[in-house]
Amino acid sequence: MFWNEKMETLRGKELQELQLKRLKETVARTQNIGFYQKMFAEAGIRPEDIKTLDDLSKIPFTKKADLRGGYPFGFLAVPMSRINRIHTTSGTTGKPTVVAYTKNDLNSWSELIARNLTMVGLREGDMFQNASNYSLFTGGLGFHYGAERIGCAVVPAGVGNTKRQIEMIQDFGVNAIHCTPSYAMHLTEVAEDMHANLDSLRIGVFGAEAWSENMRRDLENRLNIKAYDSYGMSELFGPGVAFECPEQDGLHIWHDCYIVEIIDPKTGEVLPAGEKGEMVVTPLVKEAMPLLRYRTGDITMLMEDDCPCGRGQKIARLFGRSDDMLTVRGINVFPSQIEHVLKNIPEVGDQFMVYIDRVNHLDEMTIDVEINKHLFSGELSDLARLQNKIGKALHETLTLRANVQLVEPGSLPRFEGKAKRVVDRRTI
Amino acid sequence: MTSEYRIKQLSIFAPNTPGTLAEIAKIFLDNEVNISAFCIAEANNFGVVRAVVDKPDAVFAAFEKKNYLLKFTDVVAVKMSDVPGGLYDVASKFGAAGLNIEYAYASRSTTTPTLVVYVSNTNISLEAAVEKILASGLVLVRAAEMRI
Ligand SMILES: [Zn+2]
Repeated sequence: MFWNEKMETLRGKELQELQLKRLKETVARTQNIGFYQKMFAEAGIRPEDIKTLDDLSKIPFTKKADLRGGYPFGFLAVPMSRINRIHTTSGTTGKPTVVAYTKNDLNSWSELIARNLTMVGLREGDMFQNASNYSLFTGGLGFHYGAERIGCAVVPAGVGNTKRQIEMIQDFGVNAIHCTPSYAMHLTEVAEDMHANLDSLRIGVFGAEAWSENMRRDLENRLNIKAYDSYGMSELFGPGVAFECPEQDGLHIWHDCYIVEIIDPKTGEVLPAGEKGEMVVTPLVKEAMPLLRYRTGDITMLMEDDCPCGRGQKIARLFGRSDDMLTVRGINVFPSQIEHVLKNIPEVGDQFMVYIDRVNHLDEMTIDVEINKHLFSGELSDLARLQNKIGKALHETLTLRANVQLVEPGSLPRFEGKAKRVVDRRTI
Repeated sequence: MTSEYRIKQLSIFAPNTPGTLAEIAKIFLDNEVNISAFCIAEANNFGVVRAVVDKPDAVFAAFEKKNYLLKFTDVVAVKMSDVPGGLYDVASKFGAAGLNIEYAYASRSTTTPTLVVYVSNTNISLEAAVEKILASGLVLVRAAEMRI
């Protein structure tokens, strides 16, 4: 079932014509922004030089740091009087990045969320619990208005108070939930402890952090739901940019609203479908904050095969965020790889933590792993074997040796919101 | 009856952090548990505390309540003669009976020295092992006697 069948299945010449028309409009809008005026002048290009979609490659990239430099309103292409809402993205260092929306932007954004939720099977009359941060983070209000748009009854649960969240699912008969995957995991544990009956739940929408196929299987089995991956970023509106369809094999990115390129993060060279690299996105319908060739920092690839659902070309689930990428002894490591390895070992429990230290000028990675309570044999030799097995599996995947520490179930921190499983204690 | 020789050992997961042993000992104290045999096995950064106690079920629950990871392990206790060669006698009889000692530690609970033994259970049941031990001429301590 489609929310907007024409746009969701648009392809070939028709799609390209629409993309080009919208790209030209976007380029024109960017000329109200000092940063882009300067960029075009320095690159020796004029807005009129963008005559075809291929001409996009003449435009330099825009980076996250550029946006930070424009704090707070340096990237607005419209007068403040046309701004209808403001969000910020959590900056890890210094000031956050401000993102702003016109009325049309808010409308376009909730349209995309409506497409996504319809795609995974939500309908008018379903109850949708939005266990997402409702403040400046885009995940809360973004999903809220999208779900309302398709006619869901929205429970704006916000984050925290897990017991209450579970009671609401149970008492209200909630059909779908949106939260981060790590919070979903925590909610599952608490629900199991409470012996809660969550039979009404059919659909889980999880995003804002990378999560593995094993975690999906785990959540689907334990909550008896279908779990879908959601991708987005505040600079591109927020969540809803790309989303899994019921095939659960890659995410549909909305080509009428975003032009996707995959580049080699080092050279900037555009890569063909099937090759992994950093995703660069040019949003096509943003009014308040148009962007050109925005480097997302997310590692993925364009998929080659058509999807049986009839929608357009997909991107693969994220391989990691270049911000999350750790370089340990010169080797690139994504926390999602570690999670994937651990989830494949049944004796391992739900949580892990990664610590990076520098000892005698050498990087040391230590991974604390909770033991699965149900598979504890009481034998030291079994534990030693498990420790070895984890170390070996990690070494195979990461090509890096890690110190594995076994810890008791429940002893590692639980996260509500974005999980912070990596602690880099290196000082340079 | 072979089952009367089945002794319930507590196997408690213990991370190698300062104070862990004191915390474990405190739980024994608070539950007024008498320990008849005890050992700490240590591996890379963690250990397993093994204990034979007089009130295994009550103290098991107390540990669980404090979120400890623990399990009951079936062990046997063999009497040793208090002369040089006592350990050799036990070990050689186990060997001759084809029983593999996974680990063992001494106990002071009975009047004679006693060895608590965990027999590798990969290819033999505890009942069969008990029969073989008794047939070899060794004396096993009954679970009830360990608790005194
Ligand atoms: Zn599809």
